[in-house]
Amino acid sequence: MNLLLEISNNALAVTAALTGIGLVFAALLIAKLISPKSYSVKKSEPYECGIPTRGESMIQFKAGYYIFAILFLIFDVETVFLYPWAVVMRDLGPSGLLCIGIFMFVLIMGLAYAWRKGALKWT
Amino acid sequence: MFNFGIWTSEFNKFLMGFMPEWLAATVECVIIALLVLLTYTVLALFYILYERKLCAWFQCRLGPMRVGKWGLLQVFADMFKILIKELISLKNTDRFLFKLAPYIVITSSVIMLACLPWGRGLQIIDYNIGIFFVLAVSSVGVLGILLAGWSSNNKYTLIGAMRSGAQMISYEVSLGLALITIVVLSGTMNINELVWQQEKAWFIFRGHIPAIIAFLIYIVAATAETNRGPFDLPEAEHELTAGYHTEYSGIHFGFFYLAEYLNLFIVSGIASLMFLGGWMPLHIPGWDAFNHVMDFIPSVVWFLLKSFFISYVIIWFKWTFPRVRIDQMLSFEWKYLMPLSLLNLILMAVFVAFGWHF
Repeated sequence: MNLLLEISNNALAVTAALTGIGLVFAALLIAKLISPKSYSVKKSEPYECGIPTRGESMIQFKAGYYIFAILFLIFDVETVFLYPWAVVMRDLGPSGLLCIGIFMFVLIMGLAYAWRKGALKWT
Repeated sequence: MFNFGIWTSEFNKFLMGFMPEWLAATVECVIIALLVLLTYTVLALFYILYERKLCAWFQCRLGPMRVGKWGLLQVFADMFKILIKELISLKNTDRFLFKLAPYIVITSSVIMLACLPWGRGLQIIDYNIGIFFVLAVSSVGVLGILLAGWSSNNKYTLIGAMRSGAQMISYEVSLGLALITIVVLSGTMNINELVWQQEKAWFIFRGHIPAIIAFLIYIVAATAETNRGPFDLPEAEHELTAGYHTEYSGIHFGFFYLAEYLNLFIVSGIASLMFLGGWMPLHIPGWDAFNHVMDFIPSVVWFLLKSFFISYVIIWFKWTFPRVRIDQMLSFEWKYLMPLSLLNLILMAVFVAFGWHF
């Protein structure tokens, strides 16, 4: 049921990726050719409040975001493990259900631990 | 339903008739690329107008009316204006990452667009792990946003990118879990097979309670994934000017704009494919005459109508709910939505194991 049965999916995915790159490249090229160019010191300042920027912007930033990123890693890897189970779930039957139940119980306990420790609280 | 695969295989045979195999494959790839490009731009332009008009009607305004009939040409004028704007180069930016970010954002949305089947035989990429592939590519898009915010050397963009990243990765968990619920019900990850399984009844009807809960979770998570509606705090304009793309000017900004609208179409398209039957017509078992009439509507029309309807609901959210705070947003995901979607997954597994679904 493919659009063109003779081309492999990987080649089509690469084609799509190249299309995206080509779109950006071509549009940038056109814009560079027809857009005006001018330079001034004020224009190249960061767009903030109007007064000159103080200090660096590429700094170490609020740690709260990284805690959520770590939590996300745990649950995203869990999702990766759940997909194969979901596909063969009917064949595995009740034993598979029990196994995944234990797996999910451990994960939910992990989430409960993080919750209890205050990792989900935004400070 | 008409099978578009007939056309494509005929075209393939025609090409193979007078050129070697590698050349035919290359020509086909080029045609596919052009079609994808055309679809991408037309859809993005349509969505920009669609959202502007809907937002206007929700606020009892008329929206764009001056350029063309009912403002239909407004988006073309806007896009042309964006194209001829100056590309401002800033000092102290990380040049390479600043220019790389639009490539990542656009490319990931183009690959996702190529994965969606629009009708019978109208699909480009057809992996057997289709829905998983789409999710994987969608999480690459977050990288582009984070890079854009980081490399701009601006505090607003940094905060916007961090918020956007935290929001997108958080809601991706429940998005994935809602989709797994449907994979449990169907037993396949191939998008085409998923659609074929909904020939008799759509998954939202077949899996009754867990499927409906999963659909609601998916809609909320998709709203957050696309940075829209009540979850648009990455670009909360009164706090952060424009969020992660503040420093981008001209067509550079246009790329983020296009990708944003395309992502709206893609999440709506996946919702219609996974829950509302994709390009399958509405069939009610037993009503043969009704089913026959529904079969006359082309599959592309079905898919687009369902997707536009879900986009309409997502745009509607924006004008119904006030914007949430970041702590509310994160605690809503991690304390309510994610445990709920885990429980819903177990519920669906029990339903399927005991055969309580249709």
